[in-house]
Amino acid sequence: MQLNKSMIALVVLGLLAPLALYPVFLMKVLCFALFACAFNLLLGFVGLLSFGHAVFLGTGGYITGYLMSTTGLTPEISILAGTLCAAALGAVYGKLAVKREGIYFAMVTLALAQLMFFVYLQAPFTGGEDGLQGVPRGELFGFIDLSDNMNMYYFVFAIFLFGFWLVNRTIHSPFGQILKAIRENEPRAISLGYNVNDYKWAAFVISAALAGMAGSTKTLVFQLASLNDVHWHMSGEVVLMTLLGGMGTIFGPIVGAASVVGIQNYLSGGELGNYIHIIMGLIFVVCVLAFRNGIVGEFHKLLKKNF
Amino acid sequence: MKSMKKSLLTTAMMTAIAASGANAAGLSDDKVKIGVLADMGGVYADICGKGCVEAVKMAVEDFGGTVLGKPIEVVSADDQNKPDVGSAKAREWVESQQVDAVTGLVSSAVTGAVTKVLTDAKKIALISTSASHAFTTKACSPYNAHWTYNVVALANGTVKPMVQAGKKKWFFITADYAFGHALEKVASGVIANNGGEVVGKVRAPLGTTDFSSYVLQAQSSGADVVALANAGSDFVNSLKTAAEFGLTEMVDVAGLLVFTPNAKALDPTIAGGMKLTTGFYWDYDEETRKWSQRFMERTGGAIPAMGQAGAYSATMHYLNAVKAVGTDESDAVMKQMKATQPNDFFARNATLRADGRMVHDMYQVRIKNADERKGENDIFALEKVIKGEEAFGAMLAQCNFK
Repeated sequence: MQLNKSMIALVVLGLLAPLALYPVFLMKVLCFALFACAFNLLLGFVGLLSFGHAVFLGTGGYITGYLMSTTGLTPEISILAGTLCAAALGAVYGKLAVKREGIYFAMVTLALAQLMFFVYLQAPFTGGEDGLQGVPRGELFGFIDLSDNMNMYYFVFAIFLFGFWLVNRTIHSPFGQILKAIRENEPRAISLGYNVNDYKWAAFVISAALAGMAGSTKTLVFQLASLNDVHWHMSGEVVLMTLLGGMGTIFGPIVGAASVVGIQNYLSGGELGNYIHIIMGLIFVVCVLAFRNGIVGEFHKLLKKNF
Repeated sequence: MKSMKKSLLTTAMMTAIAASGANAAGLSDDKVKIGVLADMGGVYADICGKGCVEAVKMAVEDFGGTVLGKPIEVVSADDQNKPDVGSAKAREWVESQQVDAVTGLVSSAVTGAVTKVLTDAKKIALISTSASHAFTTKACSPYNAHWTYNVVALANGTVKPMVQAGKKKWFFITADYAFGHALEKVASGVIANNGGEVVGKVRAPLGTTDFSSYVLQAQSSGADVVALANAGSDFVNSLKTAAEFGLTEMVDVAGLLVFTPNAKALDPTIAGGMKLTTGFYWDYDEETRKWSQRFMERTGGAIPAMGQAGAYSATMHYLNAVKAVGTDESDAVMKQMKATQPNDFFARNATLRADGRMVHDMYQVRIKNADERKGENDIFALEKVIKGEEAFGAMLAQCNFK
């Protein structure tokens, strides 16, 4: 019930936000929020720390960007294609990665992601350091002009809501219960007869697909797919977003993404622009030391204590 | 009485409409706002960065701080040499912060992405430090004005005389992105046209710190000249490595794009004697010295790089055009900018061509050896003034925006 109320609040907030704030900034927040939600599904609910998630964001972005630039496909099909490619890559990487646990899992995902980074750096279709520039936004379903920021915003918001709903649905399904069981006590889940690796793999693929969808959408918003999105910095950033907002909470990744993107946006224009990495690092340290449950997690704790 | 009120109201409305009409022809949002987008803390921070911001502010102050009775604002941002960061910032500026023109623009990859955003929004790009010639050729736009220099001028100014002097075999160490690729391609063309050949090339990512493997490949290539098609601290690092490996003693090393702050940072025993092409040198004559003196007072003693002087010159020309046509509407301003000749301490024998290329005198200079230098800022010796038409080549027909 509580969740439903918050959901309605989220939708209303999302619908009204572009009236007050710059739509492109909001779209950036939504794309990263979706990315962080996808990541949170893995870290917060299965307990798997993937340190190469940017590769799925970037893959979705490059595929969508390439299709939009070279073929006459409509945006929704291009996004679907980007998402599917990210899912396919996730299926392969996931199969290899879930065989290991803990730090080894993180390292395997990082190594595989770096592998892909160099492919994208060298492959001619990505434009290397320049990125894919001037990607057209196109027309949704062939008749809604997305070059208008408002149209684009509501399209992005719809995609975000779909992704968010899917993550929620997954978490609250029997499948999600088993994922949580694996997180809490893997040997016990095995002893109950669950094939743990298959469950982990399925969660990994869903997460990769949603990350790809976020990347595809981001490429359309900024009309650019760049190496930045596949770089391991980006993999680190999504960890920060998830932890800051609250790992394993429903709304945490959204709050985290909004905070991180907001801070970056605010700092990049000012005198402190050069110290952006130092400031983000400090925030990370403070978050881990002082409020380990993240913003939303601490908020929940406060509610429980006082009411 | 009622009709009187009505007629008063009508008059008031008419006046309001007339006033808003006058506004539309005048300045949008009652101000002219110029954005300076540059790398503020990375490999290119010295050659534009905060110096470009200061140069633009200087131009605004010299212009009087206002145009057509309205204020001129300057905003700046760090693009981190990343196309996505730069284009997102430019988009925000033109869509939500009423920026009328963007200058600075360093990395060609960033400039490529930013000029697309600006062209879509019909806003002017005053490119001061980018090298790629794409912005006035294959990616040309009626809203691009490319100041200072480009890769064609560098190749014609530096590479051509060397090939003609008998240095036939070339090897490239190239920065692996838009600028490096463009420079390498144009220079290779010049080499082939003058009877030389390219015996090999390697591409190093932007911001490489260890150039040893690239230098070793150059060493074993059997070339007469090793060309460094990179810039900023990449150039400094690669040249230092080349000197450490003894490459500078075996063959000629040609720096294709050298900015004064980088030349200053290098030991004269490594860089002395190297010939290169530049669009500006602070110690050229009385006028450049006077401007540079003022610039140095404001920036704490750093001598201006060509892009910084170019940013001043481009901003000044832009503001003059806004004043002359009485509006900041981009098409009218651009037409005026192309119709008048830029003329200041930086722009000598200059015209802004219909394709947006600012054609002006370029200078072939030599880095002075230690014993020739009279002070720490005495870096270049002028060898030759290259005429603009000779340096920048012809205009493409499809980029003729009249």
